[in-house]
Amino acid sequence: MDFELMLKVYPFFLEAAWLTILLSVLTAILGLTCGALGAAARLSRFRTLRFIGAAYVSVIRGTPALIQLFILYFGGPQIGIQLDAFEAGVIGLGVNAGAYMTETIRGAIITIDKGQGEAARTLGLSQWQAMYKVILPQSARLMIRPLGVNINALIKATALVAAISVVELTYTAQRYIGSTYKPFEMFLLAGILYMIIIYVAGRGIAWLDRKAQIT
Amino acid sequence: MTDTSDFVRIEHAQKSFGKLEVLKDISLTVERGQIVAIIGPSGSGKSTLLRAINDLDALTGGEIWLDGVQVNKTLPHRQYEKHINEMRQQIGMVFQHFNLFPHLTVRENVTMAPMLLKDLSKAEANKLAEEQLDHVGMLERIEYYPSQLSGGQKQRVAIARALAMKPKLMLFDEATSALDPELVDEVNQVMKKLAEDHMTMIIVTHEMDFAAAVCDRVLFMDQGVVVEEGPPEVVFKNPVKDRTREFLRKHIEGAK
Repeated sequence: MDFELMLKVYPFFLEAAWLTILLSVLTAILGLTCGALGAAARLSRFRTLRFIGAAYVSVIRGTPALIQLFILYFGGPQIGIQLDAFEAGVIGLGVNAGAYMTETIRGAIITIDKGQGEAARTLGLSQWQAMYKVILPQSARLMIRPLGVNINALIKATALVAAISVVELTYTAQRYIGSTYKPFEMFLLAGILYMIIIYVAGRGIAWLDRKAQIT
Repeated sequence: MTDTSDFVRIEHAQKSFGKLEVLKDISLTVERGQIVAIIGPSGSGKSTLLRAINDLDALTGGEIWLDGVQVNKTLPHRQYEKHINEMRQQIGMVFQHFNLFPHLTVRENVTMAPMLLKDLSKAEANKLAEEQLDHVGMLERIEYYPSQLSGGQKQRVAIARALAMKPKLMLFDEATSALDPELVDEVNQVMKKLAEDHMTMIIVTHEMDFAAAVCDRVLFMDQGVVVEEGPPEVVFKNPVKDRTREFLRKHIEGAK
């Protein structure tokens, strides 16, 4: 194994890792937003919104993320959507993660005993007040860990945007293989950096979870 | 005072789940300050009737009136929401499984609704909570979380939470059914105290002794109809209907 080479290219990988982190953070933010809206739609009293929410989830979860990215990036211009690779990556992955998060958030909300909502409504609270004063504070605690699983998956999914030539970790590894012919070292280096990112994110989520259970 | 003759009025209450008819044309009035017990086997519709009074379970037919106002009015969704939230503020309800809010302390459980709905300041709401918790003997546990309380204590807090909204009517849905036998009495004592304060109460219960001691009237329900109603001494001691007699006999045997 060529350690010397790994040390030499390491700074370039680190730079690419920052882009992977940026991609992950933006994707997570967009994913959580889509997830919250998706869950609200799926739990709505309007049938049309429930249908839209359910359709969103089944279309996104029923097709490969890579195909979704290709449709957005390569197919987009054909129907007038012009995005650069990074934008397409964030939007594509964010919308994708949102579908999984929709189900996570919805699950955490419907798990709360229905007596909680009834007790709140019986006191005279409106539907919205019951939701944000009684249901959501309880389900928020329940959703931190499963959302952590979604975030773990989303970080790894950022590797897919290499296929639309965003210069993140995986793409960088491939590029250096082209010039060094050392796929083992290059992919190993990328893998280690992914693991560090995921480890730190995981610790952050575990910390958040502990904090939420205490108060 | 206003006319007390029909403080709560239920007219031709009817409720079906698909083809299953749970309530069959029930009419009933309760006077101000009266305490009415509803007894009957499970599946008789007694809880459904109670939950219809504050529209937790909407009726499929019939009307519910409280103090001259129809509870289950037909209104467009938004207006109905506003109306029912106002009505529910006047109708306290206590559940079999307490339904305290586990993420809030005892104090916060009691202060939340008055602060949100009656615009009380924090200080005013705290004072109110302390009064109500003192009334049910739970003042010492005001900073506890529900998970740190026994079942009987939880139910007393739940009663204080309902009373903090100053309701005109209290509904009890098997308030002591989920409690260990030795904890039943502390909740019964609180309910007796409410009776002495002349609170209007409708109580769904399996506790015949308590019903006999506290209630002005007892309704025996079976299969969605009121089979028999009258003062407790009559319904419990000299029931007219065979079905009532049979139920009471079985119940007493079951209790032994």
